[in-house]
Amino acid sequence: MLSMTVVTGALELGCIYALVALALFLSFRILNIADMTTDGSFTLGCAVSAVMAVAGHPLLGIFLAMAAGSLAGFITAALQTRLGVPSILAGIITNTGLYTVNLAVMGFSSNVNMLKTTTVFSVLQSLLGKDSPYKLVLSFFTAAAVCALVVWFLNTRLGLSIRATGDNPDMVRASSINTGFTVTVGLCAANAITALSGAVLAQYQKTADINLGTGMVIIGLASLIIGETIFGRGGIALKAVGAVVGSVIYRFIIAVALRMNLPSECLKLISAVIVALAISMPYLQKKMRFCQKRRAACSGEGETAQC
Amino acid sequence: MLKLSHISKTFNPGTVNEKSALSDISLSLETGEFVTIIGSNGAGKSTLFGAISGSLPTDSGRILLDGTDITRLPEYKRSKYIGRMFQDPLKGTAPHMTIEENLALAYLRASGRTSPFSMVSRAERERFREQLSQLGLGLESRMKQPVGLLSGGQRQALTLLMATVVTPKLLLLDEHTAALDPATAEKVLALTGDIVQKEHITCMMITHNIESALTLGNRTIIMSGGKIVFSLSGKEREGMTLESLMELFRQYTSKNLDSDKMLLREM
Repeated sequence: MLSMTVVTGALELGCIYALVALALFLSFRILNIADMTTDGSFTLGCAVSAVMAVAGHPLLGIFLAMAAGSLAGFITAALQTRLGVPSILAGIITNTGLYTVNLAVMGFSSNVNMLKTTTVFSVLQSLLGKDSPYKLVLSFFTAAAVCALVVWFLNTRLGLSIRATGDNPDMVRASSINTGFTVTVGLCAANAITALSGAVLAQYQKTADINLGTGMVIIGLASLIIGETIFGRGGIALKAVGAVVGSVIYRFIIAVALRMNLPSECLKLISAVIVALAISMPYLQKKMRFCQKRRAACSGEGETAQC
Repeated sequence: MLKLSHISKTFNPGTVNEKSALSDISLSLETGEFVTIIGSNGAGKSTLFGAISGSLPTDSGRILLDGTDITRLPEYKRSKYIGRMFQDPLKGTAPHMTIEENLALAYLRASGRTSPFSMVSRAERERFREQLSQLGLGLESRMKQPVGLLSGGQRQALTLLMATVVTPKLLLLDEHTAALDPATAEKVLALTGDIVQKEHITCMMITHNIESALTLGNRTIIMSGGKIVFSLSGKEREGMTLESLMELFRQYTSKNLDSDKMLLREM
Protein backbone atom coordinates (compact mmCIF):
# COMPACT_ATOMS: atom_id res chain seq x y z
CA MET A 1 0.00 0.00 0.00
CA LEU A 2 2.76 2.40 0.98
CA SER A 3 5.65 2.64 -1.42
CA MET A 4 9.23 2.76 -0.21
CA THR A 5 9.47 6.50 -0.97
CA VAL A 6 6.45 7.19 1.16
CA VAL A 7 7.87 5.14 4.04
CA THR A 8 11.27 6.86 3.97
CA GLY A 9 9.55 10.21 3.58
CA ALA A 10 7.44 9.55 6.67
CA LEU A 11 10.52 8.39 8.59
CA GLU A 12 12.50 11.48 7.60
CA LEU A 13 9.72 13.93 8.43
CA GLY A 14 8.94 11.98 11.60
CA CYS A 15 12.49 12.39 12.81
CA ILE A 16 12.58 16.10 11.95
CA TYR A 17 9.24 16.85 13.63
CA ALA A 18 10.25 14.63 16.54
CA LEU A 19 12.31 17.58 17.72
CA VAL A 20 9.10 19.57 18.25
CA ALA A 21 7.69 16.66 20.24
CA LEU A 22 10.86 16.61 22.36
CA ALA A 23 10.62 20.37 22.88
CA LEU A 24 7.02 20.00 24.03
CA PHE A 25 8.08 17.11 26.23
CA LEU A 26 10.34 19.62 27.97
CA SER A 27 7.85 22.47 28.22
CA PHE A 28 4.47 20.71 28.42
CA ARG A 29 5.34 17.56 30.34
CA ILE A 30 8.42 18.51 32.37
CA LEU A 31 7.75 22.18 33.11
CA ASN A 32 3.96 21.83 32.95
CA ILE A 33 3.66 24.89 30.71
CA ALA A 34 1.65 24.86 27.48
CA ASP A 35 4.16 26.86 25.47
CA MET A 36 2.34 28.72 22.71
CA THR A 37 5.62 30.16 21.45
CA THR A 38 6.14 26.86 19.62
CA ASP A 39 4.41 27.87 16.35
CA GLY A 40 6.35 31.11 16.09
CA SER A 41 9.73 29.73 17.05
CA PHE A 42 9.33 26.88 14.56
CA THR A 43 8.80 29.40 11.76
CA LEU A 44 11.63 31.51 13.15
CA GLY A 45 13.91 28.50 12.87
CA CYS A 46 12.77 27.96 9.27
CA ALA A 47 13.30 31.59 8.36
CA VAL A 48 16.75 32.00 9.91
CA SER A 49 18.00 28.72 8.50
CA ALA A 50 16.64 29.44 5.00
CA VAL A 51 18.00 32.98 4.82
CA MET A 52 21.41 31.86 6.07
CA ALA A 53 21.50 28.93 3.63
CA VAL A 54 20.70 31.26 0.74
CA ALA A 55 23.55 33.46 1.96
CA GLY A 56 25.82 30.41 1.74
CA HIS A 57 26.02 29.30 5.39
CA PRO A 58 23.68 26.30 5.77
CA LEU A 59 25.29 24.84 8.90
CA LEU A 60 25.78 28.18 10.63
CA GLY A 61 22.13 28.88 9.79
CA ILE A 62 21.05 25.84 11.80
CA PHE A 63 22.94 26.99 14.89
CA LEU A 64 21.80 30.59 14.50
CA ALA A 65 18.23 29.32 14.20
CA MET A 66 18.62 27.56 17.55
CA ALA A 67 20.00 30.72 19.13
CA ALA A 68 17.08 32.71 17.74
CA GLY A 69 14.64 30.11 19.05
CA SER A 70 16.09 30.23 22.54
CA LEU A 71 15.82 34.01 22.45
CA ALA A 72 12.10 33.65 21.67
CA GLY A 73 11.82 31.24 24.61
CA PHE A 74 13.65 33.72 26.78
CA ILE A 75 11.13 36.45 25.98
CA THR A 76 8.20 34.16 26.84
CA ALA A 77 9.93 33.19 30.08
CA ALA A 78 10.71 36.80 30.95
CA LEU A 79 7.06 37.78 30.41
CA GLN A 80 6.09 35.00 32.83
CA THR A 81 8.72 35.21 35.50
CA ARG A 82 9.54 38.93 35.56
CA LEU A 83 6.29 40.57 34.48
CA GLY A 84 3.71 38.17 35.90
CA VAL A 85 1.99 37.37 32.58
CA PRO A 86 0.13 34.01 32.77
CA SER A 87 2.14 31.34 30.93
CA ILE A 88 -0.28 30.64 28.07
CA LEU A 89 -0.77 34.34 27.42
CA ALA A 90 2.99 34.94 27.51
CA GLY A 91 3.45 32.37 24.74
CA ILE A 92 0.65 33.83 22.64
CA ILE A 93 2.09 37.33 22.98
CA THR A 94 5.56 36.22 21.87
CA ASN A 95 4.02 34.16 19.08
CA THR A 96 2.08 37.15 17.78
CA GLY A 97 5.17 39.34 17.85
CA LEU A 98 7.21 36.65 16.13
CA TYR A 99 5.00 36.78 13.05
CA THR A 100 6.40 40.21 12.20
CA VAL A 101 9.90 39.17 13.22
CA ASN A 102 9.73 36.11 10.98
CA LEU A 103 8.54 38.18 8.02
CA ALA A 104 11.37 40.62 8.67
CA VAL A 105 13.94 37.81 8.78
CA MET A 106 12.74 36.65 5.37
CA GLY A 107 13.10 40.20 4.04
CA PHE A 108 9.36 40.96 4.36
CA SER A 109 8.49 38.23 1.95
CA SER A 110 6.18 35.39 2.93
CA ASN A 111 8.51 32.69 1.59
CA VAL A 112 12.10 31.90 0.73
CA ASN A 113 12.96 29.58 -2.12
CA MET A 114 16.11 27.49 -1.89
CA LEU A 115 15.87 25.28 -4.98
CA LYS A 116 19.49 25.81 -6.03
CA THR A 117 20.88 26.52 -2.58
CA THR A 118 23.48 24.40 -0.84
CA THR A 119 21.87 22.88 2.27
CA VAL A 120 23.18 20.63 5.04
CA PHE A 121 21.41 17.83 3.18
CA SER A 122 23.14 18.51 -0.13
CA VAL A 123 26.48 18.77 1.67
CA LEU A 124 25.93 15.37 3.26
CA GLN A 125 24.81 13.97 -0.08
CA SER A 126 28.08 14.97 -1.68
CA LEU A 127 29.91 13.34 1.22
CA LEU A 128 27.96 10.06 1.33
CA GLY A 129 27.29 9.62 -2.36
CA LYS A 130 24.35 10.38 -4.61
CA ASP A 131 22.25 7.31 -3.89
CA SER A 132 22.87 7.11 -0.15
CA PRO A 133 19.95 7.60 2.26
CA TYR A 134 21.54 10.89 3.33
CA LYS A 135 18.23 12.55 4.23
CA LEU A 136 17.27 9.76 6.56
CA VAL A 137 20.75 9.59 8.06
CA LEU A 138 20.83 13.29 8.86
CA SER A 139 17.30 13.54 10.26
CA PHE A 140 17.63 10.33 12.24
CA PHE A 141 20.94 11.29 13.83
CA THR A 142 19.70 14.79 14.64
CA ALA A 143 16.66 13.37 16.42
CA ALA A 144 18.74 10.72 18.20
CA ALA A 145 21.36 13.24 19.32
CA VAL A 146 18.80 15.72 20.67
CA CYS A 147 16.90 12.89 22.35
CA ALA A 148 20.07 11.68 24.07
CA LEU A 149 21.00 15.22 25.05
CA VAL A 150 17.57 15.86 26.58
CA VAL A 151 17.73 12.61 28.58
CA TRP A 152 21.22 13.39 29.82
CA PHE A 153 20.29 16.98 30.68
CA LEU A 154 17.22 15.97 32.70
CA ASN A 155 19.43 13.95 35.05
CA THR A 156 21.88 16.74 35.79
CA ARG A 157 21.48 19.07 38.73
CA LEU A 158 19.90 21.76 36.55
CA GLY A 159 17.70 19.24 34.75
CA LEU A 160 16.44 17.73 38.00
CA SER A 161 15.73 21.24 39.30
CA ILE A 162 13.69 21.99 36.17
CA ARG A 163 11.74 18.77 36.61
CA ALA A 164 11.00 19.56 40.24
CA THR A 165 9.86 23.06 39.23
CA GLY A 166 7.21 21.56 36.98
CA ASP A 167 6.33 18.74 39.34
CA ASN A 168 6.01 20.41 42.74
CA PRO A 169 6.33 24.21 42.86
CA ASP A 170 5.70 24.14 46.64
CA MET A 171 8.72 21.96 47.21
CA VAL A 172 10.89 23.99 44.90
CA ARG A 173 10.09 27.26 46.63
CA ALA A 174 11.37 25.80 49.90
CA SER A 175 14.55 24.49 48.31
CA SER A 176 17.50 26.29 46.88
CA ILE A 177 16.07 26.47 43.39
CA ASN A 178 15.34 29.78 41.70
CA THR A 179 12.11 28.99 39.84
CA GLY A 180 12.44 32.03 37.59
CA PHE A 181 15.77 30.69 36.42
CA THR A 182 14.68 27.08 35.90
CA VAL A 183 11.56 28.14 33.94
CA THR A 184 13.74 30.40 31.77
CA VAL A 185 16.31 27.70 31.05
CA GLY A 186 13.57 25.17 30.29
CA LEU A 187 11.73 27.45 27.85
CA CYS A 188 14.96 28.57 26.14
CA ALA A 189 16.01 24.95 25.63
CA ALA A 190 12.56 23.90 24.41
CA ASN A 191 12.33 26.72 21.88
CA ALA A 192 15.89 26.17 20.68
CA ILE A 193 14.91 22.57 19.90
CA THR A 194 11.70 23.70 18.20
CA ALA A 195 13.66 26.18 16.07
CA LEU A 196 16.15 23.43 15.24
CA SER A 197 13.26 21.38 13.93
CA GLY A 198 12.12 24.27 11.73
CA ALA A 199 15.68 24.93 10.60
CA VAL A 200 16.24 21.35 9.48
CA LEU A 201 12.81 21.18 7.84
CA ALA A 202 13.41 24.35 5.79
CA GLN A 203 16.64 22.96 4.35
CA TYR A 204 15.03 19.53 3.90
CA GLN A 205 12.18 20.78 1.76
CA LYS A 206 14.21 23.65 0.29
CA THR A 207 11.64 26.26 1.10
CA ALA A 208 10.56 28.37 4.03
CA ASP A 209 7.10 29.79 4.42
CA ILE A 210 5.62 32.17 6.98
CA ASN A 211 2.79 29.71 7.70
CA LEU A 212 4.93 26.59 8.18
CA GLY A 213 4.66 26.75 11.96
CA THR A 214 0.91 27.21 12.18
CA GLY A 215 -0.60 24.49 14.33
CA MET A 216 2.84 23.08 15.18
CA VAL A 217 2.07 22.99 18.90
CA ILE A 218 -0.89 20.69 18.24
CA ILE A 219 1.08 18.44 15.90
CA GLY A 220 3.86 18.20 18.48
CA LEU A 221 1.40 17.40 21.24
CA ALA A 222 -0.29 14.75 19.10
CA SER A 223 3.08 13.07 18.51
CA LEU A 224 4.00 13.32 22.17
CA ILE A 225 0.74 11.78 23.30
CA ILE A 226 0.82 9.00 20.71
CA GLY A 227 4.26 8.12 22.05
CA GLU A 228 3.05 8.19 25.65
CA THR A 229 0.09 5.98 24.85
CA ILE A 230 2.35 3.36 23.26
CA PHE A 231 5.23 3.45 25.74
CA GLY A 232 3.11 4.10 28.80
CA ARG A 233 4.70 4.81 32.13
CA GLY A 234 8.42 4.68 32.42
CA GLY A 235 11.55 6.64 33.07
CA ILE A 236 12.63 9.83 31.38
CA ALA A 237 14.61 7.97 28.69
CA LEU A 238 11.61 5.89 27.67
CA LYS A 239 9.38 8.96 27.54
CA ALA A 240 11.83 10.87 25.35
CA VAL A 241 12.18 7.94 22.96
CA GLY A 242 8.39 7.69 23.01
CA ALA A 243 8.13 11.28 21.79
CA VAL A 244 10.35 10.48 18.79
CA VAL A 245 8.49 7.27 17.96
CA GLY A 246 5.16 9.06 18.40
CA SER A 247 6.22 11.66 15.88
CA VAL A 248 7.19 9.02 13.32
CA ILE A 249 3.86 7.25 13.83
CA TYR A 250 2.02 10.53 13.41
CA ARG A 251 3.77 11.03 10.06
CA PHE A 252 2.71 7.55 9.00
CA ILE A 253 -0.89 8.33 9.91
CA ILE A 254 -0.65 11.48 7.77
CA ALA A 255 0.96 9.53 4.92
CA VAL A 256 -1.85 6.99 4.99
CA ALA A 257 -4.43 9.77 5.12
CA LEU A 258 -2.87 11.40 2.06
CA ARG A 259 -2.73 8.02 0.36
CA MET A 260 -6.47 7.68 0.84
CA ASN A 261 -6.80 10.85 -1.22
CA LEU A 262 -7.74 12.96 1.75
CA PRO A 263 -7.20 16.59 0.78
CA SER A 264 -4.19 18.03 2.62
CA GLU A 265 -6.38 20.85 3.94
CA CYS A 266 -7.98 18.28 6.26
CA LEU A 267 -4.75 17.46 8.06
CA LYS A 268 -5.06 20.16 10.69
CA LEU A 269 -8.55 18.97 11.58
CA ILE A 270 -7.33 15.38 11.84
CA SER A 271 -4.49 16.51 14.10
CA ALA A 272 -6.92 18.43 16.30
CA VAL A 273 -9.17 15.37 16.62
CA ILE A 274 -6.21 13.11 17.45
CA VAL A 275 -5.01 15.47 20.18
CA ALA A 276 -8.47 15.98 21.65
CA LEU A 277 -9.08 12.23 21.74
CA ALA A 278 -5.64 11.38 23.08
CA ILE A 279 -5.69 13.96 25.86
CA SER A 280 -9.20 13.06 26.97
CA MET A 281 -8.56 9.31 26.80
CA PRO A 282 -7.28 8.78 30.36
CA TYR A 283 -10.22 10.76 31.75
CA LEU A 284 -12.75 8.89 29.64
CA GLN A 285 -11.25 5.54 30.64
CA LYS A 286 -11.53 6.43 34.30
CA LYS A 287 -15.12 7.51 33.89
CA MET A 288 -15.95 4.37 31.99
CA ARG A 289 -14.48 2.14 34.69
CA PHE A 290 -16.47 4.01 37.31
CA CYS A 291 -19.70 3.58 35.33
CA GLN A 292 -19.06 -0.13 34.85
CA LYS A 293 -18.39 -0.64 38.53
CA ARG A 294 -21.53 1.25 39.47
CA ARG A 295 -23.60 -0.75 37.05
CA ALA A 296 -22.11 -3.99 38.35
CA ALA A 297 -22.80 -2.95 41.94
CA CYS A 298 -26.38 -2.00 41.16
CA SER A 299 -27.22 -5.17 39.23
CA GLY A 300 -25.69 -7.23 42.02
CA GLU A 301 -28.12 -5.81 44.52
CA GLY A 302 -31.01 -6.07 42.10
CA GLU A 303 -31.71 -2.39 42.29
CA THR A 304 -32.39 -0.19 39.33
CA ALA A 305 -32.45 3.21 40.92
CA GLN A 306 -29.75 5.74 40.16
CA CYS A 307 -28.05 3.58 37.55
CA MET B 1 25.28 29.02 64.89
CA LEU B 2 22.05 30.99 64.57
CA LYS B 3 21.67 34.44 66.04
CA LEU B 4 18.49 36.50 65.77
CA SER B 5 18.61 40.03 67.07
CA HIS B 6 15.54 42.23 67.50
CA ILE B 7 13.46 40.65 64.73
CA SER B 8 10.08 42.26 64.17
CA LYS B 9 7.37 41.61 61.64
CA THR B 10 3.97 43.29 61.38
CA PHE B 11 1.33 42.16 58.91
CA ASN B 12 -0.90 44.77 57.23
CA PRO B 13 0.73 47.73 58.97
CA GLY B 14 -1.38 50.86 59.18
CA THR B 15 -4.70 49.09 58.59
CA VAL B 16 -7.41 47.80 60.90
CA ASN B 17 -6.02 44.32 60.34
CA GLU B 18 -2.60 45.27 61.66
CA LYS B 19 -1.07 42.34 63.47
CA SER B 20 2.28 42.21 65.11
CA ALA B 21 3.38 38.63 64.41
CA LEU B 22 6.90 38.96 65.75
CA SER B 23 7.91 41.71 68.12
CA ASP B 24 11.53 42.26 68.95
CA ILE B 25 12.61 38.63 69.02
CA SER B 26 16.19 37.82 69.96
CA LEU B 27 17.41 34.26 70.10
CA SER B 28 20.76 32.57 69.97
CA LEU B 29 21.40 28.91 69.13
CA GLU B 30 24.64 27.04 69.69
CA THR B 31 25.86 24.49 67.15
CA GLY B 32 24.10 21.19 67.72
CA GLU B 33 21.38 22.72 69.86
CA PHE B 34 17.90 21.26 69.31
CA VAL B 35 15.13 23.67 70.29
CA THR B 36 11.49 22.69 70.48
CA ILE B 37 8.95 25.50 70.17
CA ILE B 38 5.44 25.46 71.59
CA GLY B 39 2.81 28.15 71.52
CA SER B 40 -0.85 28.63 70.74
CA ASN B 41 -2.13 29.33 67.23
CA GLY B 42 -1.10 32.78 66.08
CA ALA B 43 1.78 32.99 68.52
CA GLY B 44 4.21 33.66 65.67
CA LYS B 45 5.98 30.29 65.49
CA SER B 46 5.60 29.77 61.77
CA THR B 47 6.24 33.45 61.11
CA LEU B 48 9.51 33.04 62.98
CA PHE B 49 10.45 30.15 60.67
CA GLY B 50 9.39 32.23 57.68
CA ALA B 51 11.70 35.02 58.83
CA ILE B 52 14.64 32.66 59.33
CA SER B 53 14.12 30.81 56.04
CA GLY B 54 13.49 33.99 54.06
CA SER B 55 9.97 33.26 52.83
CA LEU B 56 8.76 36.30 54.81
CA PRO B 57 10.76 39.53 54.70
CA THR B 58 11.26 40.98 58.17
CA ASP B 59 10.61 44.63 59.09
CA SER B 60 13.64 45.06 61.30
CA GLY B 61 16.38 43.12 63.02
CA ARG B 62 19.26 40.98 61.88
CA ILE B 63 19.66 37.25 61.26
CA LEU B 64 23.11 35.70 61.42
CA LEU B 65 23.71 32.11 60.36
CA ASP B 66 27.13 30.73 61.15
CA GLY B 67 28.50 34.27 61.37
CA THR B 68 27.08 35.39 58.01
CA ASP B 69 24.37 38.02 57.81
CA ILE B 70 21.51 36.42 55.85
CA THR B 71 18.84 39.04 56.63
CA ARG B 72 18.60 40.21 53.01
CA LEU B 73 19.47 36.93 51.30
CA PRO B 74 16.66 35.57 49.07
CA GLU B 75 14.91 32.38 50.17
CA TYR B 76 16.42 30.08 47.55
CA LYS B 77 19.94 31.12 48.51
CA ARG B 78 19.35 30.55 52.22
CA SER B 79 17.88 27.13 51.67
CA LYS B 80 21.25 25.88 50.57
CA TYR B 81 22.15 25.94 54.28
CA ILE B 82 18.72 25.60 55.86
CA GLY B 83 16.72 22.39 55.59
CA ARG B 84 12.97 22.74 56.02
CA MET B 85 10.03 20.43 56.57
CA PHE B 86 6.34 21.25 56.65
CA GLN B 87 3.20 19.67 58.01
CA ASP B 88 1.95 18.69 54.56
CA PRO B 89 3.82 15.54 53.42
CA LEU B 90 3.06 16.44 49.78
CA LYS B 91 5.07 19.66 49.98
CA GLY B 92 8.54 18.21 50.36
CA THR B 93 8.92 15.81 47.44
CA ALA B 94 8.29 15.77 43.69
CA PRO B 95 5.64 13.06 43.07
CA HIS B 96 6.49 12.18 39.47
CA MET B 97 10.20 11.86 40.10
CA THR B 98 11.60 8.65 41.51
CA ILE B 99 12.89 8.29 45.06
CA GLU B 100 16.41 8.23 43.68
CA GLU B 101 15.88 11.36 41.59
CA ASN B 102 14.41 13.24 44.55
CA LEU B 103 17.41 12.34 46.67
CA ALA B 104 19.80 13.18 43.83
CA LEU B 105 18.24 16.64 43.51
CA ALA B 106 18.46 17.27 47.25
CA TYR B 107 22.02 16.01 47.30
CA LEU B 108 23.23 17.95 44.26
CA ARG B 109 21.68 21.25 45.32
CA ALA B 110 23.12 21.15 48.81
CA SER B 111 26.53 19.65 48.12
CA GLY B 112 29.28 22.04 47.15
CA ARG B 113 29.26 21.17 43.46
CA THR B 114 28.95 24.29 41.37
CA SER B 115 28.43 22.90 37.86
CA PRO B 116 24.77 22.94 36.85
CA PHE B 117 25.49 19.80 34.85
CA SER B 118 26.81 17.74 37.73
CA MET B 119 25.26 14.30 38.22
CA VAL B 120 25.28 11.74 41.01
CA SER B 121 27.79 8.94 40.68
CA ARG B 122 27.12 5.26 41.20
CA ALA B 123 28.86 5.39 44.58
CA GLU B 124 26.59 8.21 45.69
CA ARG B 125 23.54 6.28 44.57
CA GLU B 126 24.77 3.38 46.64
CA ARG B 127 25.03 5.74 49.59
CA PHE B 128 21.43 6.85 49.07
CA ARG B 129 20.40 3.20 49.21
CA GLU B 130 22.24 2.77 52.48
CA GLN B 131 20.70 5.87 54.01
CA LEU B 132 17.25 4.81 52.84
CA SER B 133 17.66 1.41 54.45
CA GLN B 134 18.40 3.13 57.75
CA LEU B 135 14.87 4.58 57.68
CA GLY B 136 13.65 1.01 58.07
CA LEU B 137 10.72 1.52 55.69
CA GLY B 138 11.88 -0.75 52.87
CA LEU B 139 12.31 2.22 50.53
CA GLU B 140 15.78 1.07 49.48
CA SER B 141 14.25 -1.54 47.19
CA ARG B 142 11.88 1.00 45.59
CA MET B 143 14.38 3.62 44.47
CA LYS B 144 13.18 3.62 40.84
CA GLN B 145 9.55 4.17 41.80
CA PRO B 146 7.88 7.58 41.64
CA VAL B 147 7.46 9.20 45.04
CA GLY B 148 3.76 9.73 44.36
CA LEU B 149 3.20 6.04 45.13
CA LEU B 150 4.43 6.39 48.73
CA SER B 151 2.25 6.98 51.78
CA GLY B 152 2.29 10.29 53.63
CA GLY B 153 4.52 8.92 56.38
CA GLN B 154 6.97 7.44 53.89
CA ARG B 155 7.06 10.70 51.96
CA GLN B 156 7.69 12.64 55.16
CA ALA B 157 10.51 10.28 56.15
CA LEU B 158 12.00 10.72 52.67
CA THR B 159 11.70 14.50 53.01
CA LEU B 160 13.59 14.27 56.29
CA LEU B 161 16.32 12.31 54.57
CA MET B 162 16.40 14.82 51.70
CA ALA B 163 16.71 17.72 54.13
CA THR B 164 19.65 16.07 55.84
CA VAL B 165 21.34 14.14 53.00
CA VAL B 166 23.89 16.92 53.07
CA THR B 167 24.07 18.08 56.69
CA PRO B 168 22.38 21.50 56.81
CA LYS B 169 23.60 24.27 59.09
CA LEU B 170 20.08 24.58 60.42
CA LEU B 171 17.03 22.33 60.23
CA LEU B 172 13.55 23.87 60.61
CA LEU B 173 10.71 21.45 61.35
CA ASP B 174 7.26 23.02 61.24
CA GLU B 175 4.90 20.46 62.84
CA HIS B 176 6.30 17.90 60.44
CA THR B 177 4.45 14.97 62.02
CA ALA B 178 1.09 16.64 62.63
CA ALA B 179 -0.54 15.16 59.51
CA LEU B 180 0.57 11.59 60.22
CA ASP B 181 -1.18 8.85 62.16
CA PRO B 182 0.11 8.42 65.76
CA ALA B 183 2.28 5.36 65.06
CA THR B 184 3.87 6.84 61.93
CA ALA B 185 4.31 10.19 63.66
CA GLU B 186 6.19 8.47 66.44
CA LYS B 187 8.42 6.70 63.95
CA VAL B 188 9.22 9.88 62.02
CA LEU B 189 9.89 11.72 65.29
CA ALA B 190 12.25 8.98 66.42
CA LEU B 191 14.04 9.16 63.06
CA THR B 192 14.27 12.94 63.44
CA GLY B 193 15.85 12.57 66.86
CA ASP B 194 18.32 9.96 65.60
CA ILE B 195 19.44 11.88 62.52
CA VAL B 196 19.71 15.22 64.31
CA GLN B 197 21.76 13.67 67.08
CA LYS B 198 23.98 11.60 64.81
CA GLU B 199 24.82 14.46 62.44
CA HIS B 200 24.92 17.00 65.28
CA ILE B 201 22.49 19.29 63.41
CA THR B 202 21.31 22.58 64.85
CA CYS B 203 17.56 22.19 64.80
CA MET B 204 14.32 24.01 65.61
CA MET B 205 11.03 22.13 65.83
CA ILE B 206 7.55 23.55 66.18
CA THR B 207 5.12 21.13 67.80
CA HIS B 208 1.71 21.06 69.40
CA ASN B 209 2.59 17.92 71.24
CA ILE B 210 3.82 18.79 74.74
CA GLU B 211 5.34 15.37 75.16
CA SER B 212 7.59 15.52 72.10
CA ALA B 213 8.45 19.12 72.98
CA LEU B 214 9.89 17.82 76.23
CA THR B 215 11.39 14.50 75.20
CA LEU B 216 13.10 15.68 72.00
CA GLY B 217 15.90 18.22 71.95
CA ASN B 218 17.76 20.02 74.69
CA ARG B 219 15.86 23.28 74.97
CA THR B 220 12.22 24.32 74.85
CA ILE B 221 10.83 27.79 74.25
CA ILE B 222 7.27 29.00 74.64
CA MET B 223 5.99 31.67 72.26
CA SER B 224 2.99 33.91 72.75
CA GLY B 225 1.84 37.07 71.00
CA GLY B 226 4.92 37.28 68.81
CA LYS B 227 7.34 37.02 71.71
CA ILE B 228 9.45 34.32 73.28
CA VAL B 229 7.92 34.26 76.73
CA PHE B 230 9.82 31.41 78.30
CA SER B 231 12.98 29.47 77.58
CA LEU B 232 13.75 26.21 79.29
CA SER B 233 17.00 24.29 79.22
CA GLY B 234 19.53 22.34 81.23
CA LYS B 235 18.67 20.99 84.71
CA GLU B 236 15.45 22.94 84.93
CA ARG B 237 14.19 21.27 81.75
CA GLU B 238 15.28 17.81 82.85
CA GLY B 239 13.26 18.18 86.02
CA MET B 240 10.16 19.12 84.08
CA THR B 241 7.18 16.78 83.88
CA LEU B 242 4.44 16.94 81.27
CA GLU B 243 2.06 18.39 83.85
CA SER B 244 4.43 21.07 85.02
CA LEU B 245 5.25 22.13 81.44
CA MET B 246 1.54 22.25 80.68
CA GLU B 247 1.01 24.37 83.77
CA LEU B 248 3.86 26.64 82.70
CA PHE B 249 2.37 26.89 79.28
CA ARG B 250 -1.01 27.92 80.65
CA GLN B 251 0.62 30.45 82.82
CA TYR B 252 2.45 32.12 79.94
CA THR B 253 -0.18 31.92 77.26
CA SER B 254 -3.71 33.09 77.77
CA LYS B 255 -5.05 30.59 75.30
CA ASN B 256 -5.03 26.81 75.33
CA LEU B 257 -2.34 24.81 73.61
CA ASP B 258 -4.23 22.72 71.20
CA SER B 259 -7.74 24.04 71.45
CA ASP B 260 -9.79 21.00 70.49
CA LYS B 261 -7.57 18.57 72.33
CA MET B 262 -7.78 20.71 75.43
CA LEU B 263 -11.52 21.00 75.13
CA LEU B 264 -11.89 17.26 74.99
CA ARG B 265 -9.70 16.76 77.99
CA GLU B 266 -11.24 19.41 80.18
CA MET B 267 -14.90 18.87 79.49
